[in-house]
Amino acid sequence: MRRKISLKPITLLLLLITFVSFGQEGHGNGEEKTDIKTEVKEYIQHHLQDSYDFSLTSYTNEAGEHKYVGFPLPVILWDNGLKVFSSSKFHHGEAVAEVAGNFYKIHHAKIYKVADAHGEIIEDAEHHATNEMPLDFSITKNVTMIMMVFLIMFFMFKRMASSYKKNGNMPKGTGRLLEPIVLYVRDEIAKPNIGEKHYKRYMSYLLTVFFFVWIVNLFGLTPIGMNVTNNIAVTFCLAIITYLITTFSGNKNYWKHIFWMPGVPWPMKIVLAPIELLGTFIKPFALMIRLYANITAGHIVMMSIIGMMFVFNNWIGSSLSFLLAFVLGVLELLVAALQAYIFTVLSALYFGMAVEEHDEAH
Amino acid sequence: MEIPSIVGAGLIVIGAGIGIGRIGGSAMDAIARQPEATGKIQTAMLIAAALIEGIGFAALFAG
Repeated sequence: MRRKISLKPITLLLLLITFVSFGQEGHGNGEEKTDIKTEVKEYIQHHLQDSYDFSLTSYTNEAGEHKYVGFPLPVILWDNGLKVFSSSKFHHGEAVAEVAGNFYKIHHAKIYKVADAHGEIIEDAEHHATNEMPLDFSITKNVTMIMMVFLIMFFMFKRMASSYKKNGNMPKGTGRLLEPIVLYVRDEIAKPNIGEKHYKRYMSYLLTVFFFVWIVNLFGLTPIGMNVTNNIAVTFCLAIITYLITTFSGNKNYWKHIFWMPGVPWPMKIVLAPIELLGTFIKPFALMIRLYANITAGHIVMMSIIGMMFVFNNWIGSSLSFLLAFVLGVLELLVAALQAYIFTVLSALYFGMAVEEHDEAH
Repeated sequence: MEIPSIVGAGLIVIGAGIGIGRIGGSAMDAIARQPEATGKIQTAMLIAAALIEGIGFAALFAG
């Protein structure tokens, strides 16, 4: 009873705070507000893009110079021969880089070849740059991060494997931490979806993709500002691997169900065949879009709410958006694991479809 | 009058929301009826929700 009474004034206070903070927003200086809003918007867009240098933060010093904290990454281009240079030549996209008589410029986070040191980008009517683009194999921020996660995973599982040898099949340290997760992937994801007979072949891929997506997503929530899974190329590659494994492990029954569905009248078979064939492409496509969109949306919402702190610029609004950002951060932790889980489960489901054996016609 | 594409995206998101809501609600019912099958129901629920969610996100990006 007492608890109920004490809750009421708190609710009222919260309601009042909401009104007060909304009221204050209306009185703010209009011009300054749009400025910080566009700044936040640009910052979010910048964060969502891949970049050629690894900058953690940037600030403007007393002299008005824009300083970056971070380090440049190698740029590797194929443009009538291999060109390798440091991305510091671009000065964070502000300058034109000169390499062996060729000039390159970053335009909308992509490298274009330009004619001279002025770095003029020629645009067509739809504002697409028409400049020549060299083949780009650069070690960008995302690539660096993927390599880092690769190293982390390699040493993590190496330790896990060696801990079994040392202690007579009893895991220790890292192994003890990872064993339940590995067993979960095997017993709850692979076995029920693929089946006892075939699951072992797919375990290596399922475990790799699960841990890769999970670790990458978790790193995306740290302030180092990487986000690999919201690059659609990365999720595209993961989906392509799933598609290839599914296609190449498909047995007779799998193809029969696609092209000549048993148990339906023959006119329906002709209708079903293209739909089923299209379905095989839609499945990995959905995998790609789901992971990409979930992580991108999560990052946009998180950063918008953090950006709201600066838009409100008073203690009530800022603390409220801090609270919201914190709660969302916890939710994003869940989403990071959930998306890894969903990707693995659906991959396992597709592999299961491919190797399924039918004893009776149905 | 031309209707902006974001309106269509909004409609699809409403649909996806209703769909996921129904899945969640039904899963709750099922768990209440058979608490011992919680694990299996949750797995099926997550897969179904993820499939609908994919459509919702596709709509958002198209819109």
